[in-house]
Amino acid sequence: MASIVQFENVGLRYGSGDETLSDISFSLNTGAFYFLTGPSGAGKTSLLKLLYLAQRATRGTVRIFGEDAGALPRTRLPGFRRRIGVVFQDFRLVPHLSAYDNIALPLRVAGVSESDIEAPVREMLAWVGLTDRGRAKPPTLSGGEQQRIAIARAVIGRPELLVADEPTGNVDPDMAERLLHLFDSLNRLGTTVVVATHDFHLLNRIPNAHMMRLEKGRLNDPTGALRNPPRGAA
Amino acid sequence: MKLSLNPNAPDRRLLDESRRTRAMTWIMAIMVFLTVLAGALGLGMFAATAQLDRQLAGRLTIQIVEPDAAVRDSQVKALRTALPRVAGVTRVAEVDRERLAELLKPWLGDTGLDPDLPMPAMIDVETRGGNGAVVEQTARAIAPGARIDRHAQWLSPVRGFMTTMSWLAVGLMLLIASATAAVVLLAARSGLDTHRDTIDVLHMLGSTDVQIARLFQRRIAFDTLLGGLLGTVAALGLVWFLQSRMALVGSEMLSGVALQQRDWFLLLLVPLGFALLATFAARRTVLRALGRTL
Ligand SMILES: Nc1ncnc2c1ncn2[C@@H]1O[C@H](COP(=O)(O)OP(=O)(O)OP(=O)(O)O)[C@@H](O)[C@H]1O
Ligand SMILES: [Mg+2]
Repeated sequence: MASIVQFENVGLRYGSGDETLSDISFSLNTGAFYFLTGPSGAGKTSLLKLLYLAQRATRGTVRIFGEDAGALPRTRLPGFRRRIGVVFQDFRLVPHLSAYDNIALPLRVAGVSESDIEAPVREMLAWVGLTDRGRAKPPTLSGGEQQRIAIARAVIGRPELLVADEPTGNVDPDMAERLLHLFDSLNRLGTTVVVATHDFHLLNRIPNAHMMRLEKGRLNDPTGALRNPPRGAA
Repeated sequence: MKLSLNPNAPDRRLLDESRRTRAMTWIMAIMVFLTVLAGALGLGMFAATAQLDRQLAGRLTIQIVEPDAAVRDSQVKALRTALPRVAGVTRVAEVDRERLAELLKPWLGDTGLDPDLPMPAMIDVETRGGNGAVVEQTARAIAPGARIDRHAQWLSPVRGFMTTMSWLAVGLMLLIASATAAVVLLAARSGLDTHRDTIDVLHMLGSTDVQIARLFQRRIAFDTLLGGLLGTVAALGLVWFLQSRMALVGSEMLSGVALQQRDWFLLLLVPLGFALLATFAARRTVLRALGRTL
Protein backbone atom coordinates (compact mmCIF):
# COMPACT_ATOMS: atom_id res chain seq x y z
CA MET A 1 0.00 0.00 0.00
CA ALA A 2 1.33 3.39 -1.00
CA SER A 3 1.82 6.04 1.63
CA ILE A 4 0.47 9.52 1.16
CA VAL A 5 2.55 11.15 3.92
CA GLN A 6 5.94 10.31 5.36
CA PHE A 7 7.70 12.03 8.26
CA GLU A 8 11.36 11.24 8.90
CA ASN A 9 12.96 12.50 12.11
CA VAL A 10 10.94 15.65 11.90
CA GLY A 11 11.53 18.39 14.44
CA LEU A 12 9.67 21.67 14.82
CA ARG A 13 10.78 24.63 16.86
CA TYR A 14 8.86 27.89 17.19
CA GLY A 15 11.30 30.73 17.61
CA SER A 16 14.22 29.86 19.84
CA GLY A 17 12.60 27.73 22.58
CA ASP A 18 12.70 23.97 23.00
CA GLU A 19 11.49 21.83 20.17
CA THR A 20 7.70 21.54 20.12
CA LEU A 21 7.97 18.38 18.06
CA SER A 22 10.97 16.05 18.15
CA ASP A 23 12.04 13.01 16.20
CA ILE A 24 8.68 12.39 14.62
CA SER A 25 8.73 9.52 12.14
CA PHE A 26 5.66 7.87 10.66
CA SER A 27 3.94 7.25 7.41
CA LEU A 28 0.26 7.39 6.54
CA ASN A 29 -1.29 4.86 4.21
CA THR A 30 -3.32 6.19 1.35
CA GLY A 31 -7.00 5.72 2.09
CA ALA A 32 -6.59 4.94 5.79
CA PHE A 33 -8.21 6.62 8.82
CA TYR A 34 -6.05 8.00 11.66
CA PHE A 35 -6.80 9.39 15.07
CA LEU A 36 -4.22 11.63 16.66
CA THR A 37 -4.57 11.90 20.42
CA GLY A 38 -2.54 13.31 23.24
CA PRO A 39 -2.80 15.77 26.10
CA SER A 40 -3.35 19.44 25.53
CA GLY A 41 -0.13 21.11 24.48
CA ALA A 42 1.42 17.86 23.26
CA GLY A 43 1.81 19.31 19.77
CA LYS A 44 -1.15 17.86 17.87
CA THR A 45 -2.03 21.11 16.13
CA SER A 46 1.63 21.69 15.36
CA LEU A 47 1.93 18.28 13.73
CA LEU A 48 -1.22 18.86 11.70
CA LYS A 49 0.14 22.23 10.52
CA LEU A 50 3.09 20.42 9.04
CA LEU A 51 0.61 18.12 7.32
CA TYR A 52 -1.45 20.86 5.76
CA LEU A 53 1.59 22.89 4.76
CA ALA A 54 1.00 25.83 7.07
CA GLN A 55 4.38 25.31 8.66
CA ARG A 56 7.73 23.99 7.52
CA ALA A 57 9.67 21.53 9.64
CA THR A 58 12.84 22.90 11.20
CA ARG A 59 14.54 19.58 10.64
CA GLY A 60 13.88 16.20 9.13
CA THR A 61 11.86 15.48 6.02
CA VAL A 62 8.15 15.77 5.43
CA ARG A 63 6.99 14.07 2.26
CA ILE A 64 3.44 14.72 1.08
CA PHE A 65 1.96 13.21 -2.08
CA GLY A 66 5.42 11.81 -2.70
CA GLU A 67 7.22 15.15 -2.67
CA ASP A 68 9.51 16.79 -0.16
CA ALA A 69 7.34 19.50 1.35
CA GLY A 70 10.36 21.41 2.58
CA ALA A 71 11.69 21.76 -0.94
CA LEU A 72 8.42 22.78 -2.57
CA PRO A 73 8.65 26.18 -4.19
CA ARG A 74 5.98 28.68 -3.15
CA THR A 75 4.30 28.53 -6.50
CA ARG A 76 3.50 24.83 -6.06
CA LEU A 77 1.96 25.18 -2.59
CA PRO A 78 -1.54 26.19 -3.78
CA GLY A 79 -1.81 23.09 -5.94
CA PHE A 80 -0.89 20.90 -2.97
CA ARG A 81 -3.18 22.72 -0.59
CA ARG A 82 -6.15 22.22 -2.89
CA ARG A 83 -5.69 18.48 -2.46
CA ILE A 84 -5.87 18.80 1.33
CA GLY A 85 -9.02 19.61 3.30
CA VAL A 86 -8.51 21.22 6.70
CA VAL A 87 -10.81 21.68 9.68
CA PHE A 88 -8.98 24.22 11.83
CA GLN A 89 -9.19 24.00 15.59
CA ASP A 90 -10.34 27.63 15.60
CA PHE A 91 -12.54 27.12 12.50
CA ARG A 92 -11.13 30.12 10.60
CA LEU A 93 -14.36 30.95 8.87
CA VAL A 94 -14.39 34.22 6.97
CA PRO A 95 -16.65 36.33 9.20
CA HIS A 96 -18.13 38.63 6.57
CA LEU A 97 -19.06 35.77 4.24
CA SER A 98 -22.29 33.81 4.67
CA ALA A 99 -22.17 30.16 5.70
CA TYR A 100 -22.98 29.31 2.09
CA ASP A 101 -20.09 31.38 0.73
CA ASN A 102 -17.70 29.98 3.31
CA ILE A 103 -18.51 26.45 2.24
CA ALA A 104 -18.23 27.42 -1.43
CA LEU A 105 -14.81 28.98 -0.94
CA PRO A 106 -12.59 26.00 -1.86
CA LEU A 107 -14.56 25.44 -5.05
CA ARG A 108 -14.36 29.09 -6.02
CA VAL A 109 -10.64 29.18 -5.30
CA ALA A 110 -10.25 26.18 -7.56
CA GLY A 111 -12.11 28.03 -10.31
CA VAL A 112 -15.24 25.86 -10.36
CA SER A 113 -18.00 27.63 -12.27
CA GLU A 114 -20.89 29.10 -10.28
CA SER A 115 -23.41 26.74 -11.85
CA ASP A 116 -21.47 23.76 -10.50
CA ILE A 117 -21.18 25.19 -7.00
CA GLU A 118 -24.73 25.46 -5.75
CA ALA A 119 -25.68 21.77 -5.69
CA PRO A 120 -22.65 20.55 -3.71
CA VAL A 121 -22.89 23.45 -1.26
CA ARG A 122 -26.58 22.71 -0.62
CA GLU A 123 -25.73 19.05 -0.18
CA MET A 124 -23.02 19.88 2.35
CA LEU A 125 -25.33 22.25 4.25
CA ALA A 126 -27.85 19.43 4.49
CA TRP A 127 -25.16 16.99 5.63
CA VAL A 128 -24.16 19.13 8.54
CA GLY A 129 -27.81 19.93 9.36
CA LEU A 130 -27.69 23.63 8.54
CA THR A 131 -29.85 23.83 5.42
CA ASP A 132 -31.74 26.84 6.73
CA ARG A 133 -28.63 28.68 7.98
CA GLY A 134 -26.94 29.18 4.60
CA ARG A 135 -27.32 32.94 4.66
CA ALA A 136 -26.13 33.39 8.23
CA LYS A 137 -22.79 35.04 8.91
CA PRO A 138 -20.44 33.02 11.16
CA PRO A 139 -20.51 35.46 14.08
CA THR A 140 -24.25 34.86 14.36
CA LEU A 141 -23.81 31.09 14.53
CA SER A 142 -23.19 29.03 17.65
CA GLY A 143 -19.78 27.44 18.18
CA GLY A 144 -21.10 24.06 17.11
CA GLU A 145 -22.75 25.48 14.03
CA GLN A 146 -19.53 27.25 13.04
CA GLN A 147 -17.66 24.01 13.48
CA ARG A 148 -20.04 22.22 11.16
CA ILE A 149 -19.62 24.92 8.53
CA ALA A 150 -15.86 24.54 8.88
CA ILE A 151 -16.19 20.79 8.33
CA ALA A 152 -18.43 21.27 5.32
CA ARG A 153 -15.84 23.64 3.83
CA ALA A 154 -13.05 21.14 4.44
CA VAL A 155 -14.75 18.22 2.72
CA ILE A 156 -16.60 19.90 -0.14
CA GLY A 157 -13.65 19.68 -2.51
CA ARG A 158 -13.35 15.89 -1.98
CA PRO A 159 -9.76 16.25 -0.83
CA GLU A 160 -7.25 13.42 -1.07
CA LEU A 161 -6.17 14.16 2.47
CA LEU A 162 -8.49 15.45 5.19
CA VAL A 163 -6.95 16.93 8.31
CA ALA A 164 -9.35 17.74 11.15
CA ASP A 165 -8.20 19.39 14.38
CA GLU A 166 -10.69 18.70 17.21
CA PRO A 167 -13.60 18.70 14.76
CA THR A 168 -16.13 17.65 17.39
CA GLY A 169 -15.02 19.77 20.30
CA ASN A 170 -18.08 22.02 20.26
CA VAL A 171 -20.92 19.71 19.34
CA ASP A 172 -23.16 17.35 21.28
CA PRO A 173 -22.43 13.57 21.15
CA ASP A 174 -25.11 12.90 18.55
CA MET A 175 -23.77 15.53 16.21
CA ALA A 176 -20.22 14.35 16.88
CA GLU A 177 -21.19 10.91 15.75
CA ARG A 178 -22.92 12.26 12.69
CA LEU A 179 -19.86 14.28 11.71
CA LEU A 180 -17.62 11.31 12.25
CA HIS A 181 -19.91 9.37 9.97
CA LEU A 182 -19.34 12.07 7.34
CA PHE A 183 -15.59 11.60 7.65
CA ASP A 184 -16.05 7.86 7.44
CA SER A 185 -18.09 8.18 4.24
CA LEU A 186 -15.42 10.38 2.74
CA ASN A 187 -12.80 7.88 3.83
CA ARG A 188 -14.68 5.09 2.08
CA LEU A 189 -14.55 7.17 -1.09
CA GLY A 190 -10.76 7.11 -0.85
CA THR A 191 -9.81 10.15 1.24
CA THR A 192 -7.09 9.65 3.80
CA VAL A 193 -8.38 11.10 7.08
CA VAL A 194 -6.43 12.37 10.08
CA VAL A 195 -8.51 13.49 13.06
CA ALA A 196 -6.96 15.00 16.17
CA THR A 197 -9.26 14.56 19.13
CA HIS A 198 -9.54 14.38 22.88
CA ASP A 199 -12.81 12.53 22.64
CA PHE A 200 -12.20 8.89 23.53
CA HIS A 201 -15.77 7.92 22.72
CA LEU A 202 -15.11 8.63 19.09
CA LEU A 203 -12.10 6.37 18.86
CA ASN A 204 -14.15 3.17 18.90
CA ARG A 205 -16.56 4.39 16.26
CA ILE A 206 -14.22 3.74 13.38
CA PRO A 207 -13.18 0.12 13.75
CA ASN A 208 -10.30 0.20 11.30
CA ALA A 209 -8.82 3.47 12.48
CA HIS A 210 -5.15 3.72 13.42
CA MET A 211 -4.13 5.47 16.59
CA MET A 212 -1.30 7.97 16.88
CA ARG A 213 -0.46 9.34 20.29
CA LEU A 214 1.63 12.42 20.91
CA GLU A 215 3.20 13.17 24.27
CA LYS A 216 5.33 16.19 24.90
CA GLY A 217 6.12 16.53 21.25
CA ARG A 218 7.11 12.91 20.70
CA LEU A 219 5.20 10.24 18.91
CA ASN A 220 4.34 7.28 21.12
CA ASP A 221 4.94 4.37 18.78
CA PRO A 222 6.34 1.52 20.88
CA THR A 223 5.73 -1.16 18.28
CA GLY A 224 6.98 0.90 15.39
CA ALA A 225 3.74 0.17 13.55
CA LEU A 226 3.29 3.80 12.56
CA ARG A 227 6.77 4.04 11.29
CA ASN A 228 6.61 0.88 9.21
CA PRO A 229 2.95 0.19 8.79
CA PRO A 230 2.11 -3.47 8.27
CA ARG A 231 1.32 -4.11 4.65
CA GLY A 232 -2.32 -4.52 3.83
CA ALA A 233 -3.46 -2.68 6.93
CA ALA A 234 -6.56 -0.46 6.86
CA MET B 1 -12.05 33.42 -9.06
CA LYS B 2 -12.41 34.90 -12.48
CA LEU B 3 -12.68 38.57 -13.25
CA SER B 4 -16.25 39.64 -13.53
CA LEU B 5 -18.02 42.94 -14.01
CA ASN B 6 -20.95 41.83 -11.91
CA PRO B 7 -20.78 43.78 -8.63
CA ASN B 8 -22.41 40.86 -6.84
CA ALA B 9 -19.96 38.30 -8.15
CA PRO B 10 -18.89 36.05 -5.27
CA ASP B 11 -15.22 36.94 -5.50
CA ARG B 12 -16.14 40.61 -5.13
CA ARG B 13 -17.21 39.87 -1.59
CA LEU B 14 -14.10 37.99 -0.56
CA LEU B 15 -12.59 41.08 1.02
CA ASP B 16 -14.76 42.71 3.62
CA GLU B 17 -16.44 45.62 1.85
CA SER B 18 -17.50 47.22 5.11
CA ARG B 19 -13.87 47.94 5.90
CA ARG B 20 -13.46 49.89 2.73
CA THR B 21 -12.90 53.64 2.87
CA ARG B 22 -13.54 56.36 0.36
CA ALA B 23 -10.16 57.95 1.14
CA MET B 24 -8.47 56.27 -1.81
CA THR B 25 -11.05 57.62 -4.24
CA TRP B 26 -10.54 61.17 -3.00
CA ILE B 27 -6.79 60.96 -3.07
CA MET B 28 -6.96 59.67 -6.61
CA ALA B 29 -9.41 62.42 -7.57
CA ILE B 30 -6.93 65.04 -6.33
CA MET B 31 -3.94 63.37 -7.94
CA VAL B 32 -5.63 63.07 -11.29
CA PHE B 33 -7.02 66.61 -11.03
CA LEU B 34 -3.49 67.97 -10.59
CA THR B 35 -2.10 65.75 -13.32
CA VAL B 36 -4.72 66.77 -15.84
CA LEU B 37 -4.04 70.43 -15.05
CA ALA B 38 -0.32 69.92 -15.50
CA GLY B 39 -1.04 67.98 -18.66
CA ALA B 40 -3.22 70.78 -20.00
CA LEU B 41 -0.46 73.27 -19.25
CA GLY B 42 2.08 71.09 -21.02
CA LEU B 43 -0.08 70.45 -24.05
CA GLY B 44 -1.03 74.13 -24.25
CA MET B 45 2.60 75.12 -24.17
CA PHE B 46 3.57 72.56 -26.76
CA ALA B 47 0.78 73.82 -28.99
CA ALA B 48 1.80 77.44 -28.50
CA THR B 49 5.44 76.65 -29.21
CA ALA B 50 4.43 74.82 -32.34
CA GLN B 51 2.31 77.74 -33.49
CA LEU B 52 5.14 80.14 -32.80
CA ASP B 53 7.47 78.00 -34.83
CA ARG B 54 4.98 77.73 -37.64
CA GLN B 55 4.35 81.43 -37.77
CA LEU B 56 7.75 82.86 -37.12
CA ALA B 57 10.45 80.32 -37.61
CA GLY B 58 10.25 80.58 -41.37
CA ARG B 59 10.04 84.35 -41.48
CA LEU B 60 12.87 86.70 -42.08
CA THR B 61 13.25 90.29 -43.07
CA ILE B 62 15.99 91.50 -45.37
CA GLN B 63 16.96 95.13 -44.88
CA ILE B 64 18.98 96.80 -47.57
CA VAL B 65 20.67 99.83 -46.16
CA GLU B 66 22.22 101.31 -49.23
CA PRO B 67 22.78 105.06 -49.65
CA ASP B 68 22.68 104.86 -53.42
CA ALA B 69 19.00 104.56 -54.28
CA ALA B 70 19.75 103.12 -57.73
CA VAL B 71 21.92 100.33 -56.34
CA ARG B 72 19.34 99.70 -53.65
CA ASP B 73 16.52 99.42 -56.14
CA SER B 74 18.45 97.11 -58.42
CA GLN B 75 19.34 94.87 -55.48
CA VAL B 76 15.70 94.79 -54.42
CA LYS B 77 14.69 93.86 -57.92
CA ALA B 78 17.30 91.11 -58.14
CA LEU B 79 16.23 89.74 -54.78
CA ARG B 80 12.58 89.74 -55.75
CA THR B 81 13.34 87.62 -58.77
CA ALA B 82 15.91 85.34 -57.15
CA LEU B 83 14.30 84.61 -53.77
CA PRO B 84 11.00 83.10 -54.91
CA ARG B 85 13.05 80.47 -56.77
CA VAL B 86 14.66 79.25 -53.59
CA ALA B 87 13.07 76.00 -52.50
CA GLY B 88 10.66 76.38 -49.60
CA VAL B 89 10.07 80.09 -50.04
CA THR B 90 6.35 80.77 -50.01
CA ARG B 91 6.20 84.54 -50.08
CA VAL B 92 8.50 87.42 -50.94
CA ALA B 93 7.14 90.91 -50.48
CA GLU B 94 8.71 94.29 -50.26
CA VAL B 95 7.40 96.32 -47.37
CA ASP B 96 5.58 99.27 -48.88
CA ARG B 97 7.85 102.34 -48.92
CA GLU B 98 5.13 104.66 -47.75
CA ARG B 99 4.09 102.36 -44.99
CA LEU B 100 7.72 102.25 -43.90
CA ALA B 101 7.88 106.05 -43.84
CA GLU B 102 4.74 106.04 -41.81
CA LEU B 103 6.31 103.68 -39.33
CA LEU B 104 9.39 105.83 -39.06
CA LYS B 105 7.56 109.12 -38.68
CA PRO B 106 7.39 109.13 -34.92
CA TRP B 107 11.20 108.97 -34.84
CA LEU B 108 12.16 111.05 -37.82
CA GLY B 109 9.38 113.55 -37.91
CA ASP B 110 8.23 114.94 -41.23
CA THR B 111 11.78 114.82 -42.61
CA GLY B 112 11.32 111.12 -42.89
CA LEU B 113 9.37 111.87 -45.97
CA ASP B 114 12.28 113.73 -47.50
CA PRO B 115 13.04 111.79 -50.66
CA ASP B 116 16.74 112.63 -50.34
CA LEU B 117 17.06 110.80 -47.10
CA PRO B 118 18.27 107.29 -47.79
CA MET B 119 15.51 104.93 -46.86
CA PRO B 120 16.29 101.27 -46.34
CA ALA B 121 14.30 98.82 -48.34
CA MET B 122 12.75 95.89 -46.48
CA ILE B 123 11.75 92.57 -47.93
CA ASP B 124 9.68 90.10 -45.94
CA VAL B 125 10.34 86.48 -46.78
CA GLU B 126 8.33 83.50 -45.58
CA THR B 127 9.71 80.03 -45.95
CA ARG B 128 8.44 76.60 -45.14
CA GLY B 129 10.63 73.88 -43.77
CA GLY B 130 13.16 76.25 -42.22
CA ASN B 131 15.11 77.02 -45.38
CA GLY B 132 16.25 80.32 -43.89
CA ALA B 133 19.93 79.57 -44.34
CA VAL B 134 19.64 79.19 -48.12
CA VAL B 135 17.58 82.37 -48.32
CA GLU B 136 20.25 84.16 -46.34
CA GLN B 137 23.02 82.91 -48.63
CA THR B 138 21.13 83.92 -51.74
CA ALA B 139 20.41 87.33 -50.31
CA ARG B 140 24.01 87.93 -49.32
CA ALA B 141 25.23 86.97 -52.76
CA ILE B 142 23.04 89.65 -54.29
CA ALA B 143 23.26 92.30 -51.59
CA PRO B 144 26.41 91.85 -49.49
CA GLY B 145 25.47 94.74 -47.19
CA ALA B 146 22.00 93.49 -46.34
CA ARG B 147 20.96 93.01 -42.75
CA ILE B 148 19.03 89.86 -42.30
CA ASP B 149 16.67 89.45 -39.37
CA ARG B 150 15.38 86.06 -38.53
CA HIS B 151 12.21 86.48 -36.53
CA ALA B 152 12.82 83.24 -34.70
CA GLN B 153 15.93 84.82 -33.23
CA TRP B 154 14.30 87.61 -31.31
CA LEU B 155 11.52 85.28 -30.18
CA SER B 156 13.91 82.68 -28.88
CA PRO B 157 13.65 83.79 -25.22
CA VAL B 158 9.87 83.46 -25.39
CA ARG B 159 10.20 80.12 -27.05
CA GLY B 160 12.71 79.04 -24.43
CA PHE B 161 10.34 80.02 -21.66
CA MET B 162 7.51 78.08 -23.20
CA THR B 163 9.69 75.01 -23.64
CA THR B 164 10.70 75.25 -19.99
CA MET B 165 7.05 75.39 -18.99
CA SER B 166 6.31 72.32 -21.09
CA TRP B 167 9.04 70.35 -19.41
CA LEU B 168 7.95 71.61 -16.03
CA ALA B 169 4.50 70.23 -16.76
CA VAL B 170 5.97 66.88 -17.77
CA GLY B 171 8.05 66.86 -14.58
CA LEU B 172 5.00 67.62 -12.45
CA MET B 173 3.06 64.79 -14.07
CA LEU B 174 5.87 62.33 -13.36
CA LEU B 175 6.14 63.52 -9.76
CA ILE B 176 2.42 63.13 -9.17
CA ALA B 177 2.44 59.71 -10.81
CA SER B 178 5.22 58.50 -8.56
CA ALA B 179 3.47 59.92 -5.49
CA THR B 180 0.38 58.04 -6.61
CA ALA B 181 2.32 54.80 -6.90
CA ALA B 182 3.62 55.38 -3.37
CA VAL B 183 0.11 55.99 -2.06
CA VAL B 184 -1.08 52.79 -3.71
CA LEU B 185 1.80 50.91 -2.13
CA LEU B 186 0.83 52.14 1.33
CA ALA B 187 -2.85 51.46 0.70
CA ALA B 188 -2.12 47.93 -0.51
CA ARG B 189 0.07 47.22 2.51
CA SER B 190 -2.52 48.46 4.95
CA GLY B 191 -5.13 46.48 3.01
CA LEU B 192 -3.03 43.36 3.46
CA ASP B 193 -2.96 44.02 7.19
CA THR B 194 -6.67 44.70 7.41
CA HIS B 195 -7.55 41.52 5.56
CA ARG B 196 -4.76 39.33 6.92
CA ASP B 197 -7.12 36.70 8.38
CA THR B 198 -9.10 36.34 5.19
CA ILE B 199 -5.91 36.11 3.16
CA ASP B 200 -4.53 33.43 5.46
CA VAL B 201 -7.67 31.37 5.00
CA LEU B 202 -7.59 31.84 1.24
CA HIS B 203 -3.97 30.73 1.19
CA MET B 204 -4.76 27.65 3.22
CA LEU B 205 -7.55 26.76 0.83
CA GLY B 206 -5.10 26.91 -2.05
CA SER B 207 -5.43 30.44 -3.40
CA THR B 208 -2.48 31.55 -5.44
CA ASP B 209 -0.79 34.87 -4.76
CA VAL B 210 -1.99 36.10 -8.12
CA GLN B 211 -5.60 35.35 -7.19
CA ILE B 212 -5.22 37.31 -3.97
CA ALA B 213 -3.40 40.16 -5.65
CA ARG B 214 -6.24 40.36 -8.13
CA LEU B 215 -8.72 41.08 -5.34
CA PHE B 216 -6.67 44.10 -4.30
CA GLN B 217 -5.84 45.18 -7.82
CA ARG B 218 -9.45 45.32 -8.81
CA ARG B 219 -10.48 47.38 -5.81
CA ILE B 220 -7.70 49.85 -6.24
CA ALA B 221 -8.29 50.06 -9.99
CA PHE B 222 -11.95 50.76 -9.34
CA ASP B 223 -11.23 53.45 -6.73
CA THR B 224 -8.66 55.05 -8.99
CA LEU B 225 -10.93 55.04 -11.98
CA LEU B 226 -13.81 56.55 -10.04
CA GLY B 227 -11.63 59.19 -8.36
CA GLY B 228 -9.77 59.75 -11.60
CA LEU B 229 -12.95 60.48 -13.53
CA LEU B 230 -14.05 62.96 -10.86
CA GLY B 231 -10.66 64.65 -10.96
CA THR B 232 -10.60 64.70 -14.75
CA VAL B 233 -14.05 66.23 -15.05
CA ALA B 234 -13.15 68.92 -12.51
CA ALA B 235 -9.82 69.70 -14.16
CA LEU B 236 -11.18 69.78 -17.70
CA GLY B 237 -13.99 72.04 -16.51
CA LEU B 238 -11.43 74.42 -15.07
CA VAL B 239 -9.30 74.31 -18.22
CA TRP B 240 -12.33 74.97 -20.36
CA PHE B 241 -13.27 77.94 -18.19
CA LEU B 242 -9.75 79.40 -18.35
CA GLN B 243 -9.67 78.89 -22.06
CA SER B 244 -12.92 80.75 -22.58
CA ARG B 245 -11.53 83.61 -20.47
CA MET B 246 -8.38 83.60 -22.56
CA ALA B 247 -10.38 83.83 -25.76
CA LEU B 248 -11.84 87.07 -24.41
CA VAL B 249 -8.35 88.56 -24.10
CA GLY B 250 -8.02 87.98 -27.82
CA SER B 251 -4.25 87.78 -27.92
CA GLU B 252 -2.83 85.89 -30.85
CA MET B 253 -0.11 84.38 -28.69
CA LEU B 254 -2.59 83.17 -26.07
CA SER B 255 -4.87 81.67 -28.68
CA GLY B 256 -2.04 79.34 -29.57
CA VAL B 257 -2.30 77.91 -26.06
CA ALA B 258 -5.84 76.68 -26.77
CA LEU B 259 -6.23 72.90 -26.57
CA GLN B 260 -7.11 70.99 -29.70
CA GLN B 261 -9.54 68.10 -29.87
CA ARG B 262 -6.62 65.68 -29.77
CA ASP B 263 -5.35 67.31 -26.56
CA TRP B 264 -8.70 66.87 -24.81
CA PHE B 265 -8.63 63.24 -25.82
CA LEU B 266 -5.11 62.81 -24.46
CA LEU B 267 -6.17 64.34 -21.15
CA LEU B 268 -9.03 61.87 -20.95
CA LEU B 269 -6.42 59.13 -21.03
CA VAL B 270 -4.90 60.38 -17.76
CA PRO B 271 -7.41 58.62 -15.44
CA LEU B 272 -7.01 55.42 -17.46
CA GLY B 273 -3.26 55.70 -17.20
CA PHE B 274 -3.51 56.22 -13.46
CA ALA B 275 -5.83 53.24 -13.08
CA LEU B 276 -3.28 51.10 -14.89
CA LEU B 277 -0.45 52.50 -12.81
CA ALA B 278 -2.38 51.88 -9.58
CA THR B 279 -3.29 48.35 -10.64
CA PHE B 280 0.29 47.55 -11.42
CA ALA B 281 1.60 49.09 -8.19
CA ALA B 282 -0.99 47.21 -6.12
CA ARG B 283 -0.17 43.93 -7.83
CA ARG B 284 3.54 44.33 -7.27
CA THR B 285 3.11 45.31 -3.64
CA VAL B 286 0.79 42.44 -2.83
CA LEU B 287 2.86 39.83 -4.66
CA ARG B 288 6.02 41.00 -2.94
CA ALA B 289 4.42 40.99 0.51
CA LEU B 290 2.86 37.56 -0.02
CA GLY B 291 6.13 36.21 -1.36
CA ARG B 292 7.59 36.64 2.12
CA THR B 293 4.93 34.43 3.74
CA LEU B 294 4.68 30.64 3.56
N1 LIG C 1 2.78 29.75 16.78
C1 LIG C 1 3.37 29.31 17.92
N2 LIG C 1 4.42 29.99 18.42
C2 LIG C 1 5.02 29.56 19.52
N3 LIG C 1 4.67 28.48 20.21
C3 LIG C 1 3.61 27.76 19.78
C4 LIG C 1 2.91 28.14 18.59
N4 LIG C 1 1.93 27.26 18.38
C5 LIG C 1 2.01 26.36 19.37
N5 LIG C 1 3.02 26.65 20.20
C6 LIG C 1 3.42 25.86 21.37
O1 LIG C 1 3.62 24.54 20.96
C7 LIG C 1 3.13 23.62 21.94
C8 LIG C 1 2.16 22.66 21.27
O2 LIG C 1 1.03 23.38 20.83
P1 LIG C 1 -0.13 22.69 20.00
O3 LIG C 1 -1.11 23.73 19.67
O4 LIG C 1 0.50 21.97 18.88
O5 LIG C 1 -0.73 21.65 21.05
P2 LIG C 1 -2.03 20.74 20.94
O6 LIG C 1 -1.60 19.36 21.17
O7 LIG C 1 -2.74 21.02 19.67
O8 LIG C 1 -2.88 21.27 22.16
P3 LIG C 1 -4.49 21.32 22.29
O9 LIG C 1 -4.95 19.93 22.55
O10 LIG C 1 -4.70 22.18 23.49
O11 LIG C 1 -5.02 21.91 21.05
C9 LIG C 1 2.47 24.46 23.01
O12 LIG C 1 3.37 24.51 24.10
C10 LIG C 1 2.32 25.82 22.42
O13 LIG C 1 2.52 26.81 23.38
MG1 LIG D 1 -4.47 21.89 19.15
